[in-house]
Amino acid sequence: MATRTQTAQTPPSTPTGLAAIKWTITDALVLTKRNLLKYVRVPTLLIFSTIQPIMFVLLFNFVFGGAITSGIPIPGFEYITFLMPGIFVQTAVFGSTNTGIGLAEDLGKGLIDRFRSLPMSRSAVLAGRTGSDSIRNFFVILLMIGVGYLIGFRFMGGFAKTVTAILLVLLFGYAFTWISATIGLALKDVESVQAASFVWLFPLVFASSAFVPTASMPDWLATFANINPVTVTVNAVRLLVIGQDVPGLFDKSLQTYMLQSVAWSLALLAIFIPLAINRYRRAV
Amino acid sequence: MTDPIITAVDVKKSFGDVVALSGINLEVQAGTVFGLLGPNGAGKTTMVRILTTLLRPDSGTAAVAGFDVVADAPKLRSVIGLAGQSAAVDEILTGRENLQMVGRLYRLSKTETNRRASAILERFDLADAADRQVKTYSGGMRRRLDLAASLVGRPQVLFLDEPTTGLDPRSRLGLWEFIENLVDEGTTLLLTTQYLEEADRLADRIAVIDQGRVIAEGTESELKATIGGDVLELKLADPTQMSLAAEAVAGMCCGEPSFEPDQGIVRVPVESAVGTITDAVRRVDAAGIQLADIAIHRPTLDDVFLTITGHHVEPEVAANGQAKGGKRRGRRG
Repeated sequence: MATRTQTAQTPPSTPTGLAAIKWTITDALVLTKRNLLKYVRVPTLLIFSTIQPIMFVLLFNFVFGGAITSGIPIPGFEYITFLMPGIFVQTAVFGSTNTGIGLAEDLGKGLIDRFRSLPMSRSAVLAGRTGSDSIRNFFVILLMIGVGYLIGFRFMGGFAKTVTAILLVLLFGYAFTWISATIGLALKDVESVQAASFVWLFPLVFASSAFVPTASMPDWLATFANINPVTVTVNAVRLLVIGQDVPGLFDKSLQTYMLQSVAWSLALLAIFIPLAINRYRRAV
Repeated sequence: MTDPIITAVDVKKSFGDVVALSGINLEVQAGTVFGLLGPNGAGKTTMVRILTTLLRPDSGTAAVAGFDVVADAPKLRSVIGLAGQSAAVDEILTGRENLQMVGRLYRLSKTETNRRASAILERFDLADAADRQVKTYSGGMRRRLDLAASLVGRPQVLFLDEPTTGLDPRSRLGLWEFIENLVDEGTTLLLTTQYLEEADRLADRIAVIDQGRVIAEGTESELKATIGGDVLELKLADPTQMSLAAEAVAGMCCGEPSFEPDQGIVRVPVESAVGTITDAVRRVDAAGIQLADIAIHRPTLDDVFLTITGHHVEPEVAANGQAKGGKRRGRRG
């Protein structure tokens, strides 16, 4: 490095259009790799983040399952078939909190300052973070499928419906990572982000059809649960898993649930991507 | 003199009701080292954040290498490097991976990134630790890596925000040497610091900043002249002899003596040279005064403030080892 030249460099011109998108993707991939390396280097992180959903599977199937199915029988199916779609969505939604926590951590360490002082794309830090968290989510969901298969869960709708179900969950989870990103950049503190996330995610996930049929709830709660995007997505996934309609279990058709779930995800993305990027620009 | 590479004209910034900068003007010539000296909360970091596009000024204009901090922010970012107050490196990654990540984000090719990463690691004495996770690094190594990361893009202008705060004296000296080498190569450097000694050693020009404004600016010797240079400190065995002692050393130099009656301390500005202490001891001894201690102190940040603003540095800094009568040369870890 002794011969370091001091000639003024001409800064690369700011790209526009397609080139700008390519830059964002390249930058986001660099950061995705960085974020995922964390799970390779600290495998216990991945282990602990999968233990919780596994516990939920076991808890609901073996502890509550009997009581739930005896109250409202689900004709023709084991509770595990009813439960697993709920677990998938719950895993994706709870997993999204990692996005906000990761960003708060990076803010605290000054890494976000470094990134913001680099000539990189403004949205790449967020795209990289939400991207790597979705990849992580994908692996955790695969693991959940494995655990489910060990205790009797089966996809009964065939290959296409199985893939559709997983994509639907991932898209829904991806939308939540952007909400989490916005929260993380607003609160800037790991503990606060953690606390603030579960305050609203818990009721959202439990006041839904994830673990019990909404018909078993009091009217006021059922009303909320039926319009809850978690219910919509869980029901779509459930219909894809079962592969056919179950009379008395679903209010709407598979097409309606799928359409509503995708609409929710896209709407959340349309709101929270700009919000999060705006927060990122102004993050101190 | 060439055109200044950093300019700031009447830059103001407030956070809610708190005024962080109340009109800062700066000019830094290319290839020089500029020190922003001031206590915590003076506005140093805010100024650096504005110059590195992390914050927008409320009013006023600033430019680096001809790029406006607001209008040309993306271009400006490609010619600067920033090492902030905390070592902004990823603990999970290795030292090399940290530099590679930054290189890739500067959009360098993989080959070029790897080449620069290796060279910089070598140069910052981190080659042996390059492939270890940063969480195993010492504080000094992290700061070096942070500084290294800010150089991957070969910036024209480098910003260092309190580069040695929180380091032990040995690591601080080491880091100073690395910074001095950079400067020898002609990188323009703007650094902020709470330590006069640091500004002294590294900076060509120093701006003293307090409560969001520049209260003094000049070269080291210009500032020293304002501050009064070195101070001879006499601690007397018998505090009642203070005026006698002041009289005895009055002929040595310039300036009025100051007293700390409760501790029996007399301070006189002097021009420190070989024999100053011997001369002082001789004079005091001739006057029949018993000394408990004698020392020459270089001015501290607190002295600068006292002289220029008439008030001590805000308690946060003053409390940290700069208490009156304490060993002023002592550095915080």
